[in-house]
Amino acid sequence: MSSIIFSILAVGGFLCLYRIYRGPSIADRAVGVDIMGILFVGITALTALFYDLSFLMDLSITLTLFSFIGTLALAKYLEKRSLDD
Amino acid sequence: MISPIGWIIIWIGIFFDILGTVGLVRFPDVYNRLQASTKCVTLGTLGIMIGIFLLRGFSPMGIKALICGAFLLLTSPVAAHALMKGSLHFGTKLWKGTVVDKYGEEKLGGEQIEKESK
Repeated sequence: MSSIIFSILAVGGFLCLYRIYRGPSIADRAVGVDIMGILFVGITALTALFYDLSFLMDLSITLTLFSFIGTLALAKYLEKRSLDD
Repeated sequence: MISPIGWIIIWIGIFFDILGTVGLVRFPDVYNRLQASTKCVTLGTLGIMIGIFLLRGFSPMGIKALICGAFLLLTSPVAAHALMKGSLHFGTKLWKGTVVDKYGEEKLGGEQIEKESK
């Protein structure tokens, strides 16, 4: 069961990588990075479930917040404002 | 009784994850792509978190899954909104099949829709 689920999510990650590689503008690449971060949160949580490692859920929470901060920084860069504005 | 429901919700989450990434590849411009792929978050990864909570109950892993789901639900729409506004101000054109662009008319002076190239 676990190998099937991880294979499906890895296919999703490769589709995100395709969009990051081919994206016509910077905004497309930013969207791809955001969605790939969210996919990694799901993969980490499922790893914690299958191998019964509770500390990986802490890593999952941290990944969520870091993905949020990274996306906000990219959005501010796209809007041509400085980071402390 | 709880365990099959948890697995079904996890599979629904994985299904929506793969559909969101397919939409990220297939849709024509940034705004359509972002609209398709934020379904990854609210139904996909949040579904996985709720499934883990149903499978593990009130153990440390289940409570952490609930907290992670709450953070996802709070942070992800904010990030998507900021990204979309940022890409509009950056000057990314809308798809040429777009019907109306009220935000561009009011805030940016003129529609931002891409012209049909002959």
